[in-house]
Amino acid sequence: MSVKLITRQVGDVTVIDAVGRITLGEGSSAFRETVKDLVNKGHKKMLLNLAEVSYIDSSGIGELVSGFTSVSNAGGSLKLLKLTKRIQDLLQITKLYTVFEVFDDEAKALATF
Amino acid sequence: MILLDQRLESSLESVDHSEQRAAALALEAGFSEEETYRLGYAVREALVNAVVHGNRYSSNKAVHFKVTRVPRGIEVSIEDQGSGFSAEMQGDALAQENLMNQSGRGLALIRAFTDELQVERTTQGGTRVILRKFLPPEAS
Repeated sequence: MSVKLITRQVGDVTVIDAVGRITLGEGSSAFRETVKDLVNKGHKKMLLNLAEVSYIDSSGIGELVSGFTSVSNAGGSLKLLKLTKRIQDLLQITKLYTVFEVFDDEAKALATF
Repeated sequence: MILLDQRLESSLESVDHSEQRAAALALEAGFSEEETYRLGYAVREALVNAVVHGNRYSSNKAVHFKVTRVPRGIEVSIEDQGSGFSAEMQGDALAQENLMNQSGRGLALIRAFTDELQVERTTQGGTRVILRKFLPPEAS
């Protein structure tokens, strides 16, 4: 199973609920296209909910970084919500935990935008 | 003892296949679910390197995938028919100046998820990556 991305609007924040695997191929390109599309439509505040993402490979991690950069370059911010233990580990290993703002609670995350 | 010895086409299906087969064999060998996930992850990253960067998806080039039971664990060998690369060529993905690069993290993750990593050039000029993961003393 690849990844399914569902976007919803909470105030001026776009929450992206991701479900599945973000890996090289369909998963990573679906994520890239979704973020690109949102940026092109002027969305600047994005919260990526990874609670239901079971797996991210290095290509998927690269897409998270790329998404973070493109949203930041557009004057916005991309933050992460509800990481599984395995995804937390991946961000620790790749030292990206220091780059992303990560939250466990959606309401608290939304309040930081 | 050789558990699996296959020549795979240079495709993303081969990446999925190798991850799943290596994980199944690791479970059978007695690895925990978490360590099995880690070995599968490392195998996946090595296969992606072989298929994408080594063989560049060429239908004329194969990936040699071999899993061997070694005394205290499992050894996985992944060999491509590309023009070779070295671990050094990838640079340090974890250096501060490289953190925001889109790619280059594969080897760092393989290192983190295995006990031994060997990268060598084959006589044909491709790259052979050998990963080893060992069982904890009480399980081996």
